[in-house]
Amino acid sequence: MSNGPLQIKAISGHAGTVPGADTSRDYDVCKLIDVTTCIGCKACEVACLEWNGYPFRETVFDNTYQTMPDLAWNYYNLIRFNEHTADDGTFSWLMRKDQCMHCADPGCLRACPADGAIVQYSNGIVDFQQEHCIGCQYCVTGCPFNIPKFNSETKKVHKCTLCSDRVGAGLEPACIKACPTGCLHFGTKDDMKDIAEKRVKQLHEHTSHTKAGVYDPPGVGGTHVIYVLHDINNSEAYGGLPKDPHVPLLVRIWKGPLKWLGNFAIAAGIMGAAAHYIRFGPKKVEEEKPQ
Amino acid sequence: MIARYTYRERIMHWLTALCYTYCLLTGLAFYSPHLFWIAQVLGGGPTSRFWHPISGVAFLIVAIWMHAVWRRDMAMTEVDKRWLNHTKDYAENRDNLVPPSDRFNAGQKLYYWAMYYGALVLLLTGVVMWFPEYIPFSMGWIRPLVILIHVSAALITIGGFIIHIYMSVFLVPGSSAAMMFGDVPTAWARAHHRLWYVRVSKE
Repeated sequence: MSNGPLQIKAISGHAGTVPGADTSRDYDVCKLIDVTTCIGCKACEVACLEWNGYPFRETVFDNTYQTMPDLAWNYYNLIRFNEHTADDGTFSWLMRKDQCMHCADPGCLRACPADGAIVQYSNGIVDFQQEHCIGCQYCVTGCPFNIPKFNSETKKVHKCTLCSDRVGAGLEPACIKACPTGCLHFGTKDDMKDIAEKRVKQLHEHTSHTKAGVYDPPGVGGTHVIYVLHDINNSEAYGGLPKDPHVPLLVRIWKGPLKWLGNFAIAAGIMGAAAHYIRFGPKKVEEEKPQ
Repeated sequence: MIARYTYRERIMHWLTALCYTYCLLTGLAFYSPHLFWIAQVLGGGPTSRFWHPISGVAFLIVAIWMHAVWRRDMAMTEVDKRWLNHTKDYAENRDNLVPPSDRFNAGQKLYYWAMYYGALVLLLTGVVMWFPEYIPFSMGWIRPLVILIHVSAALITIGGFIIHIYMSVFLVPGSSAAMMFGDVPTAWARAHHRLWYVRVSKE
């Protein structure tokens, strides 16, 4: 857990150096969500709103117990309710706390063009800095989890901060503090993985959830929010948790090879024109030769 | 002196030039972190993000007007095909070997069509990028795809733009003055656009 001010590891749209690049002075923090013990009480939703100072929104009934169909710019944290029928016909409710996953390789940060609008702290938290946000929503394009939400009035994008303000002061995120069942845990990534693995072992040995597993997708370098799921092979059933998320290939092409190719072509074009002028000079018009 | 561009043509040229340059500068700022300072200079990132698409729409409106005026002058002809076979001679200033051209030579026409279709592609993809919040997450692949097309189309127009600026400012003396004030010297018209010169001097 982080104590004191957070060190910055990566900055979006930034041409210069980054003070905390390639360092790991901090512990990687992590939130563990054990969906097998979630009762869908939504205390975490309330705590999130209270801590972040947002008003309660109107709820939207969608034939489920879910507060509303999707996250919103001022609603970072949503329990997704899904009805699920297993192969053997048993029925269950799947309840998953949906929020930013705080990827180790954040697609939002890769896609963002605005200097300093998205930062990654060395403890793993990915945080949006709205005062630098230009409202282009490239982060929405880069995110494989459909998390960042646009406020069309202020033209800024918002998402879960993992309570970086609390974590920086040595506290746990607000949602963790409110959870009544112990479904939510917060600590170092190593500790959370340890607890998660123990819980999975317990589920394998003492329950019928033999396919239980830890969700820590390697495609985005691992996440700083991890899940224990009843069925690790069926993450999509939990309200569209992608099975193998990646930063979209087209985003990587756009921010990688296309950028270098384009930069090279523009520079070569300008220098080529200058070289041409030096070699051949301007076109002269001969004045004589009457027609 | 011979009148080459009417007042209306010059106004529409400079309107597209203004809109394109604004889109180019702010677009480059969004394109590369090393050029993001351009957005700061032009009033900040949010301001640039706000005006970039509006300037793009303005460009297309003027481009359609321009198209109505120049479409016929810009049509590719047999003369242009022969001209294109002599592109190397033209580039290396052996102008006596290049077939005479009409009001616009084949290079100018290629630039015109590249910018015209480039603007259409940029606007179609740009509208999606303007309001990405209306694309559902299940069709999220559209977002990076249109960005990739938008950037590629922009790079193609930038290539044309570099050549256009180089030729009008440096390579062909008299052409910027023609676009500014509308007239060209008789010798200039004869040398660069002989077919047009012959046609106009008969009228």
